[in-house]
Amino acid sequence: MIEIRFFAALRERVGSDSLMVTPPDGVETVAALVAWLADDNVSVARALEATPRYMVAVNEVLSQEQAAVRDGDVVALFPPVTGG
Amino acid sequence: MKIHVAVTDTALVPAQPSDWLRDAGLSGAMVQFSGQVRDEQGRVEALHLEHYPGMTEGVLRTIVDQAGEKWHLNGAWVVHRIGTMVVADDIVQVAVSAPHRQDAFAACAFIMDLLKTRAPFWKKELIEGRWIWVEARQSDDEAAAAWLQAASAREPS
Repeated sequence: MIEIRFFAALRERVGSDSLMVTPPDGVETVAALVAWLADDNVSVARALEATPRYMVAVNEVLSQEQAAVRDGDVVALFPPVTGG
Repeated sequence: MKIHVAVTDTALVPAQPSDWLRDAGLSGAMVQFSGQVRDEQGRVEALHLEHYPGMTEGVLRTIVDQAGEKWHLNGAWVVHRIGTMVVADDIVQVAVSAPHRQDAFAACAFIMDLLKTRAPFWKKELIEGRWIWVEARQSDDEAAAAWLQAASAREPS
């Protein structure tokens, strides 16, 4: 299982702050995970479409779309940060 | 180097960072930055900040550690507020102490520039009764990138 977490505008657009998912074999990167998720879940697909730029963290570390993901990871998706 | 990093939902106290950094003559310089809620010509009624608990503290700590590697610092304080605040409230405090002012000025600016683009906080503003998410600014990305480019330019080829 992989936990997907959403924050801020992306969370509101998805309508949920987290999802537990079991992607099929072959989904080994953030990019593949997001593509599979968008295919599998229409609310995620619509939310991502409405959020042209988003950032990714894997296990609380900022990551790129090519980063590896595996069972047990926590993958967070969120709009560009605006603190400070 | 002493370090204090925190996220809080209570009002920030302006004198706290300098009181905490005071070190009886070890440092010759202390620089403190405070970020405040702007009213945007009276349009903004309130501000709400959300964060990613756990990750936020880790990112802030990493940024402060990087500053400590780049400059000679004696102390660093980073406290960021979350929740709902009103116009003129302090949102964030970054303060550093160092033997010399150049290190203190540079480290304070570096910590803020990286915080703006790396730390998982999101702002929304209450405008005419509606909460609207604040969009990230490209100028913030450029400010953070400039520090990183300067660092790589200094590395031996």
